[in-house]
Amino acid sequence: MGQVIQFAIDVLSLGSLYALMALGLVIVYGILRLVNFAYGELIMVAGYTLYLLDGTALPWLAMAAVAIVMAMVFGVLTEYVAFRPVRMKSVTAVLITSFAFSTLLQHAALLFISPRSRLVPTPALFTRTVEIAGVVVPLRNLLTIAAAVAVLALFTFLLRRTVLGIALRAAASQFRMTRMLGVPANLVITSAFAISGLLAGVVSLFWLGRIGSVVPGIGLEPLLVAFIATVIGGMRSLPGAVVGGYLLALIDVSLNTALPQALLQFRDAFTFSLVIVLLLWRPQGLIRGPATGQRT
Amino acid sequence: MLRVSGLHVRYGPIAAVKGVDLEVRRGELVALLGANGAGKSTTLLAIAGALAGRQGRVELDGEAIHGLTPERIVRRGIAMVPETRDVFADLTVLENLRLGGFVHRRTPGAFEEELERQMDLFPILRERAHQAAGTLSGGEQQQLVIARALMSRPKLLLLDEPSLGLAPLIVEHIFALIGRLRESGLTILLVEQNAAQALARADRAYVMALGTIAAAGPAAEIAANTDLEAIYFGGKARGARA
Repeated sequence: MGQVIQFAIDVLSLGSLYALMALGLVIVYGILRLVNFAYGELIMVAGYTLYLLDGTALPWLAMAAVAIVMAMVFGVLTEYVAFRPVRMKSVTAVLITSFAFSTLLQHAALLFISPRSRLVPTPALFTRTVEIAGVVVPLRNLLTIAAAVAVLALFTFLLRRTVLGIALRAAASQFRMTRMLGVPANLVITSAFAISGLLAGVVSLFWLGRIGSVVPGIGLEPLLVAFIATVIGGMRSLPGAVVGGYLLALIDVSLNTALPQALLQFRDAFTFSLVIVLLLWRPQGLIRGPATGQRT
Repeated sequence: MLRVSGLHVRYGPIAAVKGVDLEVRRGELVALLGANGAGKSTTLLAIAGALAGRQGRVELDGEAIHGLTPERIVRRGIAMVPETRDVFADLTVLENLRLGGFVHRRTPGAFEEELERQMDLFPILRERAHQAAGTLSGGEQQQLVIARALMSRPKLLLLDEPSLGLAPLIVEHIFALIGRLRESGLTILLVEQNAAQALARADRAYVMALGTIAAAGPAAEIAANTDLEAIYFGGKARGARA
């Protein structure tokens, strides 16, 4: 029983991070059919924001809020720098510009801060533990799950109940028609990037909270995780991203428990093999996205 | 109200519209007829601002609008019902309509008032309000996209093939509706392959062939013109009518 609870909380907390991360990738991909390769760097930006704010008189929650805002600002900046100038011209160009922006941000961190890892402030709550049915659980894991539930609720409300949210969903299937109803293309796209930044910002707090520090290359793993989760779930489906995130976490945590010590370092190889099998079975992902429409 | 002059549209190396001039006056129902591939839909999309590679002049009430983005053109009072219908299949009927009223979202009460009007005009949409639009039948979807376009309170409605793929009874219903909209004072530019139905209700008509205007005139005159079939069937007029 204790092991089951332990396992469930591990899957749910890791899955929450994966799911939010994947959602941020899909919200942009669904509309533009373009992967934002500079997405992982939003985690980095939030991390260095926390690092730079460390030692100020601000309470942790205020620092966290600033970090999230910075991730949103850089999300929107990505759109302005890497996407908007070339979006209409060539898909290849956008791939390259988003890679370039990602590299640029990483190198800026290398140059102006340090190639070595830097500690990020974490709240005292993160290091506490609680006991549930005899199992000792880090409070951070429970907070991660709670934050994910809150963010998913906010996200759902935004997409279901606000006109802008409805426009975002509409644009994901029929972008041209959405524009012909008077919804400005740039408003939709910029909002998508801002939401993407918000999600990455929230993820960064807990992701970095697990590790305790930030390095310039921190964004690669979350980007990869988000990408795989969206591929599993269905590249263009928002619920798919969430399902994919939790499923990927289930695979990872199961392998962590099931694999013998000697094979544990090859865990990712097992994960990816399973992903390949999953894709052979359902090439379009678990959940099909909205009917395809035009990209511009 | 609407004046199009020297409109050219290219899709890559292919010229789809080659110098179209047309005019729609206030309160008129103008039909734009022609065979498949004549350039009718392209002309409408170009007026709505949805095509990048267009050249020529489009004026609405004397103001040039050909340089504007589609989102600005709808604000000027032109609403589009595309041939592809483009319902937002995953959104509910109500959400579709809400987006139709996007341009008036800041006017308090505008959405509710206009929604009521459209629901009265299209009672089926009231029944289906909370259903995903993708689950509607073809005829219901057509009514939805017309209602969605009307939610923006347009001066001019661009209707592309509203009868396409619908059962005869539904087609009858849709045309009766277009007649009612015209009587309510709405200006309409209607693209149709169903020439007889369109001409029966239109004030004037243009006939397009191979990207240009092949004939223009009052609807009755065009209807009486035996060349119509020749133009429709690519020059091969059927013996019985020729």
